[in-house]
Amino acid sequence: MSTDKYEMVVGLEVHVQLKTRSKAFCGCSTDFGAAPNVNTCPVCLGLPGALPVVNEQAVMLAARAAISLGCTVHPTSVFARKNYFYPDLPKGYQITQFDEPLATGGTVMIDTGAGERTIGITRVHMEEDAGKSVHDRFPGETAIDLNRAGVPLIEIVSEPDMRTAREAGAYLRTLRQILQYLGVSDVSMEQGSLRVDANVSARLKGEEALGTKTEVKNMNSFSAVERALEFEFTRQCGLLERGETVVQHTLLWDASKNEARVSRTKEGSNDYRYFPEPDLGPLVLDPDWLSMIKLSLPELPDKRRARFASDFSLDAEDVDKLTADSELAEYFEAVARATGDGKAAANWVMGEVQALLNAGKGTFDELSVRPADLAQLISMIRDGLVSHAAAKRIFSLMAESGKPAAQVAHEHGLLQVGDDAALAGWISEVMTEHPEESRRYIGGERKLQGVLVGFVMKKSAGKADPKRVNQLLVARAEADAGPG
Amino acid sequence: MKQTDFADMPASVIAARVAAGSLDPVQAVAASFAMSREKKSGRDGLNLVLWSDEKLATADASVLKETMGPRGEGGSLAGVPVAVKDNIATLGLPTTCASRILAGYVSPFEATAVTRLRAAGAIVVAKTNMDEFAMGSSTENSAYGPARNPHDLRRVTGGSSGGSAGAVAAGIVPIALGSETGGSVRQPASFCGIVGVKPTYGRVSRYGLVAFASSLDHIGVMARNVDDAALAMQAIAGLDPRDSTSADVPVAPYCEEFVSIATTPSPLEGLTVGVPAEYFPEMLDPGIRALCDRALDALRSLGAKIRKVALPHTSLAIPVYYIIAPAEASSNLARFDGVRYGRRESGTASLREMFGDTRSEGFGPEVTRRILLGTYVLSAGYYDAYYRKAQSVRTLIAGDFARVFAGGVDVLFTPTTPSTAFSIGQITDPYEMYMSDIFTATANLAGVPAMSIPIGRESGLPVGGQLIAGHFAEAAMFRVAYALEAALGGQAHQ
Repeated sequence: MSTDKYEMVVGLEVHVQLKTRSKAFCGCSTDFGAAPNVNTCPVCLGLPGALPVVNEQAVMLAARAAISLGCTVHPTSVFARKNYFYPDLPKGYQITQFDEPLATGGTVMIDTGAGERTIGITRVHMEEDAGKSVHDRFPGETAIDLNRAGVPLIEIVSEPDMRTAREAGAYLRTLRQILQYLGVSDVSMEQGSLRVDANVSARLKGEEALGTKTEVKNMNSFSAVERALEFEFTRQCGLLERGETVVQHTLLWDASKNEARVSRTKEGSNDYRYFPEPDLGPLVLDPDWLSMIKLSLPELPDKRRARFASDFSLDAEDVDKLTADSELAEYFEAVARATGDGKAAANWVMGEVQALLNAGKGTFDELSVRPADLAQLISMIRDGLVSHAAAKRIFSLMAESGKPAAQVAHEHGLLQVGDDAALAGWISEVMTEHPEESRRYIGGERKLQGVLVGFVMKKSAGKADPKRVNQLLVARAEADAGPG
Repeated sequence: MKQTDFADMPASVIAARVAAGSLDPVQAVAASFAMSREKKSGRDGLNLVLWSDEKLATADASVLKETMGPRGEGGSLAGVPVAVKDNIATLGLPTTCASRILAGYVSPFEATAVTRLRAAGAIVVAKTNMDEFAMGSSTENSAYGPARNPHDLRRVTGGSSGGSAGAVAAGIVPIALGSETGGSVRQPASFCGIVGVKPTYGRVSRYGLVAFASSLDHIGVMARNVDDAALAMQAIAGLDPRDSTSADVPVAPYCEEFVSIATTPSPLEGLTVGVPAEYFPEMLDPGIRALCDRALDALRSLGAKIRKVALPHTSLAIPVYYIIAPAEASSNLARFDGVRYGRRESGTASLREMFGDTRSEGFGPEVTRRILLGTYVLSAGYYDAYYRKAQSVRTLIAGDFARVFAGGVDVLFTPTTPSTAFSIGQITDPYEMYMSDIFTATANLAGVPAMSIPIGRESGLPVGGQLIAGHFAEAAMFRVAYALEAALGGQAHQ
């Protein structure tokens, strides 16, 4: 079946766990991976008589995020209770924000390669997470882990502005990048610190009115979101083609089967009976405090991309790669500033450094090769002290030992030899060992120069300065060719 | 120490003697328990006390004795036995809200108000009977049966803090903590012939008070005289970082001002007492009206100016209260689901059934009624018509008070209740019961401080007069109460 007649309309609800040390309304730790129910207290257990107190750090991070997404942060917003019964919801309600959210009306610029598009942000509001129902720990029973209960979240709701699964993916990647730059969240879908619910509908191209939407949940990666959207869009188009109607369901994505199935829980029938949380006054933000947050915002991806391109004369592809992650970008910039060679810094960071990270050798903070060490290595190459090949070896030794480049090069005898006497000795040995090639080279077959340089490099175990070897070979050939 | 001495002894005297070393706090606790036994305060008697532990209380008193030294500073309530309503969390004794659903529940943490009482040297001797989850005006809605009024055992104590009121009236403790959502300290204080104080909303931390309706809930104090009530309020008032709705407003030294009142001929000179016509309706019991007139005469003779005022939205208080309070209650009581603590119905086929059966079995009929009422008024499509409307009317009621206090009135004087203590089982219509709070619920809705003090007896039963002040004007309210109490003297109990 062709879906060509139809257009996909997507809006995304993204839940982001804020990177605070303590929970949204109590002092319990937010550490991931603690033993069940260890990070709990009367407040997040919902014990009778306990009361919530707003975590200011969470409000600060939420405000940072909202401002950076171009939202208007409201001087007064209101916490509300969302009432429903569930075993992992200790109070029988979730503290969230409803009709007076923290922030509204922002935008995110996305680029799918087909030009930039603006995606509207409807609202950003604060809320607390629920606990976790554990079904596989005790056979036939469900256990409750409330470590996560009360962990601070923001929900970022987009306008239904995306028209393809690819745009949805681009939006999510851009959003993740912004939040990562801000340091407000770990933004890891794997650890659940970023969760995506998608609202999707289909309509005939050219149609203004929105079709009936369904909500798709349970995607565990951005690519899963894209696949789920394609799947659901195709399903809806099929229904419309057959003259059937789309029913407003919630569907759960099954990554193993690559399909979304209608959820058995009747979400639509819930009446959450929202009302203002009487245990917390309105959240009133001081305008001066908000201005301070605005001033303290870090450079965001768009700005950094532009700056890298102009400061370091890099092409767009390199800039994108280097700014994908704020820590990578900061690492690169430190190396580039220290060496004054943006291109070399870019190559090293995208090559060896990225490889090290990919190999699971730790995070940026844990990398034993600090930007200053890498800058020293790059300078050594430029100054002819080490060959490029030797430099790669030095880098991996630096990563293992944590020692500076010069020390590693010295200890492992990897410093380049530029001394003419030593080089001439190796050249003579090579010429003796390879008389045929030497004769032809001296005889004028200059294209063999590279081969001979290679032999010298091999003989010197990579330490010979290839530039000088070339020069010496040329000199030798000219001398031997002589006047006769 | 003789029991009879103890039964009449003010908390201020106990604390002074304990501090002076002339009274052993262990003896004070022993006297309280002896009084409790004599008055049969338990299930088979007045049914005022639900939980108590003499060993624990005695141990607390011993610790106090040791830590305060021979003539040490034990605090403003040193060695004073206190009772605490069963919906206020205490360490060591159960906190069940007189509900089956919390049978046997012991809180792992303590309410800020209780911690502060202990810090002032008080010894917790009892948890008192109450209407289940503070929903009621008679202490008949207790899973443990009705409390009995020490003045007439066939009559109710009032409620919901009936056990605390009765324990103070019976001489078991000089001071008790109660709680108010719509008059639940003042109404039983009036019925039992004692002083009951509801402070400004935010004046006393709600941390550890099991929530009924968070925006209306207050912890209050009950005592046999104004001085003790002020002393107790002084000990528990003030900002608490654990309660976001508690106020960062300095607490005035309430009792210090009493000295000047006792020595001044016209201590209320320059003060204006407002009398709102809405609180003196045609149907008001003539005996209560006469006692109010006598109290007003006393206030006049103390130098106060009496002025008629209007609080035109008073009649809307009960309907508004019975929308907002159940709405918040329906959410606050959702946590009692059998999952983590308290009662759980076993053998149910599904999770939904477990929730349903646990709550159906665990909650009594009045609690169930209010949860249903609250769930209804918050439902989609009804929210605007009920909850939102009630909130806007609530601001009108608060506006009535604000206007009167801004217009030069210092305190208002009204009857506390439209009737004296009724008989146990007499009122069966919930609406008739709700009307028992007609004069008191307004102060909860407006968040203003209010108190009831005894102003006399009608057919042998105590009658309370109510004083209401502006936000955080407890000091003025206490001053008037103290002067009135002194002026009425023995009359207050006749």
